[in-house]
Amino acid sequence: MSEPTRIRAQAGADKATVRMLMTHEMESGQRKDASGKIIPAWFIREVSVQLNGKPVMTAQWGPAVSKNPFLQFTIKGAKAGDKLTVSWVDNRGDRRSDEATIA
Amino acid sequence: MPSRRDLLGHSARIATLLAAAGLLPELARAQGSSYPSAAFEAKTMADVMKALGAGVPAESKDVTITAPDIAENGAVVPVGASTGLAGVRRILILVEKNPAILSAMFNFTDAVEPSFSTRVKMDQSSNVYAVAMMSDGRVLFAHKEVRVTLGGCAG
Repeated sequence: MSEPTRIRAQAGADKATVRMLMTHEMESGQRKDASGKIIPAWFIREVSVQLNGKPVMTAQWGPAVSKNPFLQFTIKGAKAGDKLTVSWVDNRGDRRSDEATIA
Repeated sequence: MPSRRDLLGHSARIATLLAAAGLLPELARAQGSSYPSAAFEAKTMADVMKALGAGVPAESKDVTITAPDIAENGAVVPVGASTGLAGVRRILILVEKNPAILSAMFNFTDAVEPSFSTRVKMDQSSNVYAVAMMSDGRVLFAHKEVRVTLGGCAG
């Protein structure tokens, strides 16, 4: 079972800044193990963010995004109390969804 | 002569590969999503654009890339891509000398500002690109060279 995504969302005057830290190995598929065999790539492929149940953004990633991915962006018109849902799915089909309230 | 352990390891890996190959298309259909695999395998910006069905990118001062001049650890390089332009639908982050050039792609509605920050791995010193794809079909980019002291892909 994967660890929860840490989400921090702070409302400003007319927008909210969202920062998140997902927990994922993000194995590049370039590394080799001790016996010289390539460690297969394992990474988050898609991220989606909903504000009060409405999709506002999606991201597609390759294995070049760093381990335990960080993402920051700004949602216009979002205010304190609004609900954020962050979901991801990786290339093995594992998925996770976490919620946070904008503060 | 391969040892028994090697053989077992092999078959487990092959099983994983087969499962991934069989399951992933189903997953993509279920989500109604389309992961652009060809774009994420491309080696050059031109090939990424071709895979995404986009036009020829032009350099623009209206697109901003934020990245360090020197990255001590190539495994964690903070990169930001933003633009002040309206009508941007998609922002890409590309690292020229990585095994695959496209690192991340962000698609968003008008509710989100065209500005994203994340962290990427860099194999070696390279140009990093921020690309903005506009709803009118224009593709604009900015670039910056980042020197990497310790590579972060094969490490």
